[in-house]
Amino acid sequence: MRRSVLRAAAVAMATAILRPLQLLAGQWNKAAFDAKVVTDALKGIGVTAMEDSDRILLKAPEIAENGAIVPLEIASQIPGTQAIYILVDKNPQPLTAVFEFANGAEAFVATRIKMNESSMVRILARAGGKFYATMREVKVTIGGCGA
Amino acid sequence: MADQMKIRAQLHGDVADVKILIFHPMETGLRKDGVTGQLVPMHFIQTLTATHNGKTVLEAQWSQAVSKNPFLNFRVRGAKPGDKIMVGWVDNRGDKASIEATLN
Repeated sequence: MRRSVLRAAAVAMATAILRPLQLLAGQWNKAAFDAKVVTDALKGIGVTAMEDSDRILLKAPEIAENGAIVPLEIASQIPGTQAIYILVDKNPQPLTAVFEFANGAEAFVATRIKMNESSMVRILARAGGKFYATMREVKVTIGGCGA
Repeated sequence: MADQMKIRAQLHGDVADVKILIFHPMETGLRKDGVTGQLVPMHFIQTLTATHNGKTVLEAQWSQAVSKNPFLNFRVRGAKPGDKIMVGWVDNRGDKASIEATLN
C-alpha cells in the first residue's frame, strides 16, 4: 500500500519535472499557447498548484492608452527562478510569453505586449519545480489585438 | 540579416545588460487589411534564443500578443569584456534571423 502511494508520488514528480524540461528543448508549446482560457493555458504549462508571491516584481502601467504596446518589466527574487511566464486573462489566447533562464541569466525580463481590453496580467515564476504567481490589473483605453 | 534586428549589450560590472529590437510585424491574424478588408494571416515570432559565448542563457517562446517590432531586455551575470552575446529567432513561417554583439 505504502509502496504504491510512493510510486504514484514518484510518477507525479517525474511528470512535473519532465514538463519544464520539454520547454527547454526550444520547442513552441502549442497546447499552452492555443489555449483560450487561463486554466487551460496553465494546464498546458504544467501548473498543478501555485503560490501567490510578493517576490515577483512586476512593473506595468495602471492605464495603457494603447493596447498594442503595453510595456512590462518583470523580476523574480525567488531563489533559483528558472522561468517566467506572462499571461493576459482576457486576451483571445492568454499565454503571451515564456522565458527560460540558464547559465547566469538573471530572472529578469522587460518587453512589450498587446492587450485586447482591460485585464488582469498574471506573471508566473517557476523555481525548483514549483510555480509562484502575482497579478495586476492593467486598464486599456484602445485594444491592441486587431491593431 | 542585421537589418532585421538591433542589439545593444552593455557591461555593468559583471552583468551584461542586453537590449534587442526586432523588426517584425507580429500579426495576430485578427487584423484586417485597411485596403482589402481581408484578415491579415498570423505571422509572429515563436521562439527566441540568446547565448553567452555559445552557452544558452535565455530561451523564449512567444505568442502573437508580443507587440509589433518586439523589444526585449535581459541580463546575464558573469560577463566580461570580449564576451559574445548572440540572439536568434524563428517565426511561425520558419523565417529566422540572428545578431551578435561583443561586450566591451
